[in-house]
Amino acid sequence: MMAQALSTVLNIKNLSISVNDSPLIKDVSFSIESGEIFALVGESGSGKSLTSLAIMRLLPEALQVTAGQISLNQTDLFTLPEYQMQKIRGKQVAMIFQEPMTSLNPVMKVGEQVAEVLRVHLKIRGKLARQKVVSLFEEVGLPQANDRYDWFPHQLSGGQMQRVMIAMALACEPDLLIADEPTTALDVTIQAQVLELLKTIRDRRGLSILFITHDMGVVNEMADRVAVMKQGEIVEQADKEHFFSHPQHPYTQQLLADAIPKQSFKPIIDTKSLLQINDLKVHFPVKKGLFQRTVGYVKAVNGVTLTIKKGQTLALVGESGSGKSTIGQAILKLVNSTSGSVNFSSPGEGGSNIESIVDFTALTEKQMKPFRKKVQVIFQDPFSALNPRMTISEIIREGMNSLQVGSPNKKDQDARIEELLEQVGLLAEHKYRFPHEFSGGQRQRIGIARALAVEPELIICDEPTSALDVTVRAQVLNLLEELQQKYQLSFLFITHDLSIIPAIAHEVAVMKEGRIVEQGSVEQVMRFPKHEYTQALLNSAPKLLRQTMP
Amino acid sequence: MSFVWLWTDLMVWSLLFVILAGIRSIKHSEQARKQWRSIFESPIAMASAVILTFYFVFALLGSVHIQLASSGDSSLDKRHGVYSVLDLSLMHLIEQTERTYSAPFATHEYSTSLNFDENGQVSQSYLALKYGGQHLTKGASIWLDVLKKTGLPLLLTFGIMALLLLLHGLFRFRTAALRDINNKAKTLPWKTAYISVFSLLFLFIWFYHLSHFYHVLGTDKVGQDVLLQSIKSIRTGVLIGLLTTLVMLPLALILGISAGYFKGWVDDVIQYIYTTLNSIPGVLLIAAAVLVMQVIITNNSDWFGSTEERADLRLLFLIFILGLTSWTGLCRLLRAETLKISQVEYVSAAKAFGLGPFKIIKNHILPNLMHLVLIALVLDFSGLVLAEAVLSYVGVGVDPTTASWGNMINQARLEMAREPMVWWSLFSAFVFMFTLVLSANLFSDRVQTVLDPRRVH
Repeated sequence: MMAQALSTVLNIKNLSISVNDSPLIKDVSFSIESGEIFALVGESGSGKSLTSLAIMRLLPEALQVTAGQISLNQTDLFTLPEYQMQKIRGKQVAMIFQEPMTSLNPVMKVGEQVAEVLRVHLKIRGKLARQKVVSLFEEVGLPQANDRYDWFPHQLSGGQMQRVMIAMALACEPDLLIADEPTTALDVTIQAQVLELLKTIRDRRGLSILFITHDMGVVNEMADRVAVMKQGEIVEQADKEHFFSHPQHPYTQQLLADAIPKQSFKPIIDTKSLLQINDLKVHFPVKKGLFQRTVGYVKAVNGVTLTIKKGQTLALVGESGSGKSTIGQAILKLVNSTSGSVNFSSPGEGGSNIESIVDFTALTEKQMKPFRKKVQVIFQDPFSALNPRMTISEIIREGMNSLQVGSPNKKDQDARIEELLEQVGLLAEHKYRFPHEFSGGQRQRIGIARALAVEPELIICDEPTSALDVTVRAQVLNLLEELQQKYQLSFLFITHDLSIIPAIAHEVAVMKEGRIVEQGSVEQVMRFPKHEYTQALLNSAPKLLRQTMP
Repeated sequence: MSFVWLWTDLMVWSLLFVILAGIRSIKHSEQARKQWRSIFESPIAMASAVILTFYFVFALLGSVHIQLASSGDSSLDKRHGVYSVLDLSLMHLIEQTERTYSAPFATHEYSTSLNFDENGQVSQSYLALKYGGQHLTKGASIWLDVLKKTGLPLLLTFGIMALLLLLHGLFRFRTAALRDINNKAKTLPWKTAYISVFSLLFLFIWFYHLSHFYHVLGTDKVGQDVLLQSIKSIRTGVLIGLLTTLVMLPLALILGISAGYFKGWVDDVIQYIYTTLNSIPGVLLIAAAVLVMQVIITNNSDWFGSTEERADLRLLFLIFILGLTSWTGLCRLLRAETLKISQVEYVSAAKAFGLGPFKIIKNHILPNLMHLVLIALVLDFSGLVLAEAVLSYVGVGVDPTTASWGNMINQARLEMAREPMVWWSLFSAFVFMFTLVLSANLFSDRVQTVLDPRRVH
């Protein structure tokens, strides 16, 4: 694989960074050989990105390097004057980022943006530059590279944009590529393609890659060597094989345990159905012109039939834009459905056994209100899910008051709020605080407490763990599991992350372009996928996940 | 003697209650208290706030009107009419009216006039003033006299400051003793506050004391004291700045939030209204409305009991017109922000709880817009004060009998053209207005930095 002799490209020695005397990075040392992919793993706030910024010497002014040395090809970067550093950036070290959308200038042709790098660093101009860009585009696998040169970023998909970013990074043939979570914002299938591309480029060019990620699956796929960062320190550093087979540090062991999906599947018990969705369609009109004429429809959900059983979890899997979140919103009547029915079975009056079935889509907002307490929702982004101007107790109390659940007495409500907070693993005194005083995982717990406050039977979980770190994710999933056991809750679990499905779901439905392509028990779908899209989805999942599913 | 409550008086005082209620609600919410603390942590904001408070106090004093009944005593009879508390405390300035122009601290008139002496001889000479500097013995130096008369105000200011310091020190000591040890909040820049209070107090007391002997800022064409006019103009400026925002705020809030939240045809209608309103030049609209009002007032002069009432109604009308034409900017801003917030997940959560639209607006949208409203209000204030000056200059502003900086500047137009130039009217109006607008701008700057959510923490 690596023909040339190993030589050290990047060497970081005892790097320490601090802000106002409080250390952010403590004594970090590692080196990257040429042609090597070095993965820096850690949770958010562990200092991975700071380390990469320090290499580029792009640290924010408030931060100071207090000790240590970074050398690139035997040149000490900290002693260089700024104008020489500018030559090194882009020419010897290049960087790609998480969000290709925000890294590209929206009003400039993508080809021009790459050509600009060539002009600045290599003084290549005119036709020659264009040729070079087109060949770069071909190298990163952009179809019709010559035409794509004149496209604008919004005309490209997320994966294609990331390819343009890679082409830009490669333009000056750097020795080191820093990839800061380059695939986090991408769908699984696209992620697999981009990772494959990075590997091919490494092999072809003998490039070294510093790969920053929080995803153990990606690490397993990509890395030659791995370093784990925790609170600004490297706690473990090892070869990939050794790292995954014999993790030394307890933190690493925890990380791996949380990242590798469960081997066992949940038993399917045939219970009564709670919610039955029949041929649901949600079409959004596309309006144009002076009089807002409807010229067409976006068929977000196009004929979906699903059943959610009592006390069980149905996972709804799909890539972004497949319409999975819209189904959740349609159940809650946050968007109006075009046709079809959402039938909710509730026990009859006075505890009789005869169930009455209500079609949510036919109800007015007023008629819907008594059922609002039966169906609740947990959101993806814990930062926007809580009103920043309300205290935790106000947030939880709101639903109890509006839906008249429990006693209207304030004292009783306070007791209930405290009980709920303790149930989701927070402290009773947290109720006087504001959302900004909590971490992402804690906020997600508050969101769960808010939903639980009205004693629902069904909770729609709209990607509740995708914004969380691996260990926090595992905690939140455990909490949901516990609550399900305790209250016989049903979940509709909307996700794009295949690795968590065995841990939470009883059944799974795979969605593509507004339709369900495959549906069944988790074991059946994950082990013996029938539809080609499901197969493609599972094939592009990281090896770590596939290994567990023989 | 009886109180007369003009419309604008009532509005100013009710505004005071609104402000007090606002302060009370800030005291109750920890978050808001922290934010306001950090606003006042800046010395510039602190000094600006002190200056703004002084102006506001003058505006309040000018907003209590008293009807002095005409008594049988003819010497007091000329005093009957409607006066504000501010007028009453500056009564000597109202009464010490000269014949015509005189420069600041002058003892003689600014221009020569024909003079007949006992022998019937005609001569051109500078006449002595009736009041200004007439206590001096012939040949005495004015400046030495001014310096001598500085001692008393200085002493008085020191006395008041000592009292203030003592009271405030006691208060601070009590809170410091009771406060949580863990609370390591920065101390506010009290030194700046003391210094600004001291300078303003001294300046005022000094001017007040001297104004008994001199015309500190000169007199205008008909011999009225310019200092008096400048001080009386404070009320007009502050009123237009504050009350106009009070008129425009409900409009901007209701229309902006409705457009952003309900969307659809509501949004279309509201957008149509403000785009139309925005495309008419503001001055044109205001001029047209004021002219219509003037016609109505002259045709129905029997509606008003006194000239004060007429002038007041004209001021009120101007405030309404300014309010009705200036809500569009804030409305547009609020609409955009509401559109954004109504897509955020906590609003979806509230909908899932079955909350109605008005409750969602009250609990979730309005509190998250308040910083924008506050920033817009403080920024608009200075713009409106300046707008009054411009409108009065053009001649569509407040009543000519109402003291206002705009009217002073309007008169100064001719004064600047004569030789030698009469500069002090314009100068006084400029300094008074400049101080108010500058401190409002500096304060709003700070409010914006602290309350803007996009600020890097």
